[in-house]
Amino acid sequence: MAKKHKAVALISGGLDSLLAVRVLQEQGIEVEGINFYTGFCVEGHTHAIRNHDKDKQKRNNALWSAEQLGIKLHIVDVIQDYKEVLLNPKHGYGANMNPCLDCKIFMVNKAVEWVKENHESGFDFIITGEVIGQRPMSQRKETMPIVARESGADDILLRPLCAKNLPATKPELEGWVDREKLYGFSGRNRKPQMALAKQFGFTDYASPAGGCCFLTDKNYSDKLVDLWKGRGSREYEMDDIMLLKVGRHVRPKPEFKLIIARDAGESKFLEGYRKQFITMQVTSHNGPLALIDGDISAEDFDLAAGVVARYGQGRDAEQVDVEVSIPNEDKQLRQIKPLSTTDVLEEWHV
Amino acid sequence: MSEHHLDAKRMLCPMPVIKTQNKINELVAGDILHVTCTDPGALSDIPAWARINGHLIVSHQENDDEIIITVQVGK
Ligand code: SF4
Repeated sequence: MAKKHKAVALISGGLDSLLAVRVLQEQGIEVEGINFYTGFCVEGHTHAIRNHDKDKQKRNNALWSAEQLGIKLHIVDVIQDYKEVLLNPKHGYGANMNPCLDCKIFMVNKAVEWVKENHESGFDFIITGEVIGQRPMSQRKETMPIVARESGADDILLRPLCAKNLPATKPELEGWVDREKLYGFSGRNRKPQMALAKQFGFTDYASPAGGCCFLTDKNYSDKLVDLWKGRGSREYEMDDIMLLKVGRHVRPKPEFKLIIARDAGESKFLEGYRKQFITMQVTSHNGPLALIDGDISAEDFDLAAGVVARYGQGRDAEQVDVEVSIPNEDKQLRQIKPLSTTDVLEEWHV
Repeated sequence: MSEHHLDAKRMLCPMPVIKTQNKINELVAGDILHVTCTDPGALSDIPAWARINGHLIVSHQENDDEIIITVQVGK
């Protein structure tokens, strides 16, 4: 009996990777999935944080895709290695802080390494759901060979959804897959994918509006750039990445910013950071919890407390009590007048 | 068969899933792993991960803010 060939597929959780795998399964190829977690992925996180998301189905779309396909999924933490991609992308950024082309190269390269590390599993090639012209920066006709070459995958990288528009790869040349049964999708039109999804019986698949990660989001990118500027360095840790997704960020002075919870879910989440950050909370009225990120001087405590009070129910009171807790010190209580809406300047909002 | 514990408290998904996966990779079929986490997302993600990778969810308990998911390693 002929050897059954095996592929590892980059699974993002979106429709394209779902279809790419199914197309190969139709040809009898055994597929396993791999998903890279950069820390910025849209999957996960925030649904656990905000109140209003509580009722939404908390599903991880990469896991969901794998389950629909009946394949194994390996999730790999690449948070540390991804920093180099984000901080120094050779091919630059997209519309926001998204280094999509470098990111694609990085992920395919990680898949190449993973295949080598798991050589006993016998993977023959790598597939992605890329479609030519789908994304302005990373999925163009010119970038397809760049990804293949710079990732080191070369001719074992197959894109089943647009293979017919690209030179034949090893799996096609060797006859492991039938090129005739692959696709030649191109452009931003999603109709062919939707039709194929229908043909395969996939419904309820995820279709994120932006990209697969928060770096394509303007607000998120602005906050990231502001964080680096405030610190005078482009370093970041996992906690920073997560805190950028939570709360209202207000920077009244270059040296510090406030992260103010927008609802009870966020307040609860920020509670977990009390040991690492100075926190402020109005105690005389209902109000949000706020963290102070950066170096705040003692004389700015009232300013910060005034901002926090502006977002609580005592915003119109003459005076409110604000509890200030500094890690490893006794709590202080300050009586201050909340700032008015106009006192909290527009440009303070990150 | 041996029994193991994993602390994934305060981690947000998919980190509890990744930690569970990496721990299970070190274990053998039949072993039991108790994962303690706080992100409610883990209640759907860890079982989904276990189902597709051939492991069994023995039980899950929610007390106060903690969730304990018990997984039996599959073949
Ligand atoms: S959207 Fe984010 S995860 Fe997706 S390719 Fe671009 S940088 Fe990478």
